[in-house]
Amino acid sequence: MNLLLFLILFPFVMALLTFCARNEKLRSLVVMIGCVAIMVADIIFCVQAVRAGAGINPLRWAGSETHVYHIFEHVIIDVELLLFLLIAFLSIKYQKYYCLLLAAAGTFPVLWHDFFGTHVTAPLPAVMIDNLTIIMCLVVGIVGGIICIYAIGYLHDYHHHHTDVANRSWYFQALLFVFIGAMFGLVTADSLSWIFFFWEITSTVSFLLIGYTRSEEAINNSFRALWMNLLGGCGFTVTIIYCARFYNVSNLSHLVRMGGMTSGILIPAAMLSFAALTKSAQMPFCKWLLGAMVAPTPSSALLHSATMVKAGVYLLLRIAPLMTGNVVGLMVTSIGGFTFFAASLLAISASDGKKVLAYSTVSNLGLITACAGVGAAEASWAGILLLIFHAVSKSLMFLGVGSIENATGSRDIEDMHGLIVKMPRMAYIMTVGICGMFLAPFGMLVAKWAALKSYIDSNNVVLVIFLVFGSATTMFYWGKWLGKIFVILHQSETLRDTTPKTAWFSMYTLTGLVIILCMTFPMIGSRIVQPYLRQSFYATISNVISPDDIRVMLMMLIMIAILPVLTEILVRTRKEKTTMSYMAGVNAGDDRHFIDAFGGVRPSYLSNWYMEKWFGEKRILSPMLLCSAVALASFMIVAVAGTLA
Amino acid sequence: MRDFLWLIMIILYLGLAPVLGVLASGYDRVVTARMQGRQGPPFLQPYYDIMKLFQKEAIVVNWLQTAMVVSFLMFTIFTGCLFFAGGDILLVFFAHSLAEVLLILAACSANSPYSNLGAQREYIQMMAYEPMTLLVAIGFYLVCGSFNVADIIQINMPAIIKLPGFFIGYCFILIIKFRKSPFDLSTSHHAHQEMVKGLTQDISGNVLGIMELGELYENVLLVGILALFFITREPWTWLLAAVCCSVVYFLIILIDNIFPRVKWEVMFKYTWLVTFGFAGSNFLILMMLRR
Amino acid sequence: MKLSKSPWLLHYDASSCNGCDIEVLAATTPRFDVERFGIINTGNPKHADILVITGGVNNQAKSVVKQIYSQMPEPKVVVAAGICACDGGIFKDCYNIMGGVDKVIPVDVYVPGCAVRPEALIDGVVKALAILDQKRDAMKSHAACEINYDKNSDTKEKNQA
Repeated sequence: MNLLLFLILFPFVMALLTFCARNEKLRSLVVMIGCVAIMVADIIFCVQAVRAGAGINPLRWAGSETHVYHIFEHVIIDVELLLFLLIAFLSIKYQKYYCLLLAAAGTFPVLWHDFFGTHVTAPLPAVMIDNLTIIMCLVVGIVGGIICIYAIGYLHDYHHHHTDVANRSWYFQALLFVFIGAMFGLVTADSLSWIFFFWEITSTVSFLLIGYTRSEEAINNSFRALWMNLLGGCGFTVTIIYCARFYNVSNLSHLVRMGGMTSGILIPAAMLSFAALTKSAQMPFCKWLLGAMVAPTPSSALLHSATMVKAGVYLLLRIAPLMTGNVVGLMVTSIGGFTFFAASLLAISASDGKKVLAYSTVSNLGLITACAGVGAAEASWAGILLLIFHAVSKSLMFLGVGSIENATGSRDIEDMHGLIVKMPRMAYIMTVGICGMFLAPFGMLVAKWAALKSYIDSNNVVLVIFLVFGSATTMFYWGKWLGKIFVILHQSETLRDTTPKTAWFSMYTLTGLVIILCMTFPMIGSRIVQPYLRQSFYATISNVISPDDIRVMLMMLIMIAILPVLTEILVRTRKEKTTMSYMAGVNAGDDRHFIDAFGGVRPSYLSNWYMEKWFGEKRILSPMLLCSAVALASFMIVAVAGTLA
Repeated sequence: MRDFLWLIMIILYLGLAPVLGVLASGYDRVVTARMQGRQGPPFLQPYYDIMKLFQKEAIVVNWLQTAMVVSFLMFTIFTGCLFFAGGDILLVFFAHSLAEVLLILAACSANSPYSNLGAQREYIQMMAYEPMTLLVAIGFYLVCGSFNVADIIQINMPAIIKLPGFFIGYCFILIIKFRKSPFDLSTSHHAHQEMVKGLTQDISGNVLGIMELGELYENVLLVGILALFFITREPWTWLLAAVCCSVVYFLIILIDNIFPRVKWEVMFKYTWLVTFGFAGSNFLILMMLRR
Repeated sequence: MKLSKSPWLLHYDASSCNGCDIEVLAATTPRFDVERFGIINTGNPKHADILVITGGVNNQAKSVVKQIYSQMPEPKVVVAAGICACDGGIFKDCYNIMGGVDKVIPVDVYVPGCAVRPEALIDGVVKALAILDQKRDAMKSHAACEINYDKNSDTKEKNQA
C-alpha cells in the first residue's frame, strides 16, 4: 500500500517534470497524464481506505514504520530550512523584512525543538487515515486534478490576452503540482510537525502563485498573504512545542483524544484555531484572500477556494471535540458566524466576479468554522458537508468566471449581462454553480439547513441570528448575479466559442459533480461522515435531514430538471406575440436603445444594485475588521491567560 | 388514515386556495375603498380581473418569460402543498424562495428598465424578510421540538403565547409579502408607483393571469403559516385561528392605508430592526428558558 | 364572464395642453371612484385594456403612441379624450400636429370637450367597454385572429421620424 506515498510524492515529481518541460505541447501532455494518474490513484486509494475501515496506518504497510518515519523527519527539516531561505531571499529582495521576522519566528523554534527539545516518547503513527481524511483526499485529488487540467488551456489563453505578463506557465503548473502533493501530505499527516511542514509549503506556494504576474499589486498582495499565513504558522509552532513539553504528545489525534477537560488544553486549542482562522481567511485576516484574486484563476480556484483555505477548517473540524462548550469554541463560533454574516454583506457591493466569489468563499468558510466551533457531532456533520459542496460548487464558479474572462475580456458581473444569449453553455454552467450555492434542493442550502439545526440544538442564539441574516444577504448577491445571466438580449449573437476543450472538460465534470452530489449527499452523510463522527465524538447522530425531506427535495430537483423541457414545450405550443420591452414608449427597437428627447438613439444600460451607500467596502470593511480583531484578541487572551492563571 | 387526511388537505388547498385568495383580495379592495371614502369595486372584482387576464392574449418579450412564470406557479403550488401536507416548515420556506427567484428571473430576462428595477427591489425585499421567515420556522421548532407542520399543529397551547415577538415580526413581513408596503417596491393594484409595475412590467395577458394565480396560492400559504400561531390539538382553535387571521388581515389593510408612502429604504431598515428586536429578543428568551 | 367587468386603463398624454389630463386624473380620484366599475389606472400598456389618449399627437409623440398601442395585448380599445384627441382641436393646423389620434392608431370612442368632463370621460369609457366585449367575441370566433407581429414595423417608423 504505497499509494499514499505515491500520492504525496508523485505530484512533486510531476512538478519537476512540468518545470522542465518548456515546450507547451509536451507540457500539456505531461500535465494531463499526471492529473489523470493522480485522480485515478486518489480514487483507488480512497476506495481501498474506505473498504479497509478507518484507522489504518499506511506507513506500517510500507514496511518498517520507524525507518520511513526517520527518513521523512530528515527530509522535512531540510526542506523547512530551504523554505525559510526562499522566503528570506524574497523578503529581502522586495524589502518586506517583517515577513522575514515572522518566518524566522515560525521556523527556528521548531528546528530548535527538533534538535534540542524534549523528544516525545511515542511519535508514531505519524500518518492517520480516517473518513475525514478520505473526504479531503477526494476533494484535493479530484477537484485539484480537474483544475490542473483546466489550467492548461486557461494559461494559454491568459498569456495570449496578457502580453505584459511574462509567460512562466511551467512554473505555474509546477507550483500547482507541488501544492497538490503538499495537500495530500497535510490531510493525511497526524504528526503536528508534519502537518505544520505541509502547512508552510501550502502557504509558500500560495504566496508564490499570488505573485505570479510580478506586478506591484500582485507582489504587495502576495506578501500580505504571506505574513498573515506565517503569523498563523506561529500558532502552530507554539502548539508543537507546548504539546511536546507538557503533554509528551506530538500527534494531533492524541491531542484531540485527551479531550477538552485536560488542564491547559485551551492553549494548544486556541493556538491551532488561530492558525486555522488565518489559513481560512476569517474576519480580521480576510484581506489576504481578497488580495489573492490577482492571481490567475486556476490558482484562485484550487488554493483560494477549493482546497488550501479548506485546510484551516479541516484542522478546526479535527480539533472540534476540544472546543465543546469552552472559550475557544466560543471564539471560533463567534468569529466564524460573524465572518459569515459580514462577508456576505460585503459581497453585495462587489461587482467584480472574482471578488464576489472571494467574499462568498470567506463567508462560507466562516459558516464551516462556526460549525466546527460548536464542537458537536451534528454541527460537524453539517460542516463536513458544507466543505464538500462548497469545494465543488465554488471551484466550478471560479472556472466559469475564468473562462468568461478569457472569452469576453471582463470578469465583471455587469458584463455578464445576457450571458444566456452570448454564451449559452457557459450560462447553464454558471447557473448550476450559482444555484448550487444558495437555492433550495442544491447542496449548499442543504448543508446550511443542517448547520442551522445544529446551531439551534446547541443553544447558540448569536450564531442562529448571524446565520439567518447572513443567508438573506447571501441570497441577494447570488440572486442578482443569476438575474444578470438570465437577461435575454435581442438582436445579439452568440459569441464564438474560444474556450479550450480542456476547460470545457473540467467545467462539465464539475457541473456533473454538483448535480450528483445533490442526489448522493444522504449516502455520503450516512456512509462516510457518520463513521467519522462516531470515532471522534463517540456519538451517533440521528438523521440530520429526514428521509421525507430528502424525498421532497428530490421531487424539487426533478421539477427543476424538467424546466428546460417545459420551456421548450411552451415555446413550441404557445407561439406568443413578441414585442419589445416597455420603455415608456421610446424603445428604439431592440430593448437596448431608446429615443431621447432630441430624437436621437441612445444605448440604455441596466445595472444591478450594489447598495454602495449601505454595504460599500469603504464604509463597513474597516469597522468590521476592527471589531473582529478586537474580539479575536480578547478571546485569545482569555483562553491563554485563563489557562495560565 | 393520517396520510389520507393530508391528501384531503392538499386537494382542498389546490381547489380552495384561489377561491379564498380571491375573496380575501376582494375584501381588501372593498375595505380599502371604504377607508378612503369610496364605494369601491364589487366584492368579486379580483375574480373578474383574473378571468379577464386569462381571456386576453399574452404578449411576451422573450421565449424564457412564460416558462419562468409558469414554473413560479408550479413551485408556489408545490410549496403550498408541502405546507398543507404537514411537511417541514423550513423546507417550505426554502421552496418558497426558489419560487420567488423564478419569478424574479422572469422579470430579469425582460431586459427592460422597469422590470430590472422591480427585480432588484424584489431581491432587496426578499433580503429584508428572509431572516424573519427563517426565524418563524425556528420559533415553532423551539416551541414544539419539530419543524414538521404536522407536529406543530398538535401542540397543547397556542404557539403565540410563547412566540409573541415572532408573531409581530411575521405580521410585519406579511405587509410586504401581500404587496402592501413599500409602495415603490410592490406591484399592487394601486396606481402609485414610481416604477410603473416593476416586477410584472413586461408580463401581460394570460401569463400575468398565471402569475396572479400564483400569488393567490402564495397568499393563502402565508395566511396558513399565520394560522399556525394559533392552532393546537383542540379543534376549536381552528376557528380561533380563522378569526385571528381575519383580524390580522384587517390590520394589515389598515396599516397599508395609514402608511401609504413607505419607501424601500425604510422598509428594509425597519424590517431588519423589527426582526432583530422582536423576534430576536423573543428567541433569546426562549433559548434561555430551554437551557 | 365579460371582459368589461375588469377594464384596466392606460392614460397617455400625446401633446395635450394638460387640461384634459387634469380631468382624466380627476376622474380617477376618490370623488368619482372609477374603481366602482373595476377600472384601474395602470401605468403599463402591457396590462391595459383601454388606452385613453389626450392631445392631438405631435410628431414626437407619434412613434410613442404607436409603440404603446403595439404593446397592449388584444383585445384592446382606444378612447380619444378631448377635442384635440378627436380631431386636433384648435391645434389642428399646427405644423407638427397629426390632427387627432385616429391619424396614428385606430380609435374606438371619441369623447369631445375642451377640456373633457370627468362624467363625459367615464361615460366614454363605459361605451368603450361594450366595444371591448365585442372585440373579445370577435377574437373567440376568429380563432386565428390577426396577431402576426411585424418586428420591424416600429423600427421603420422610428427611422422615418
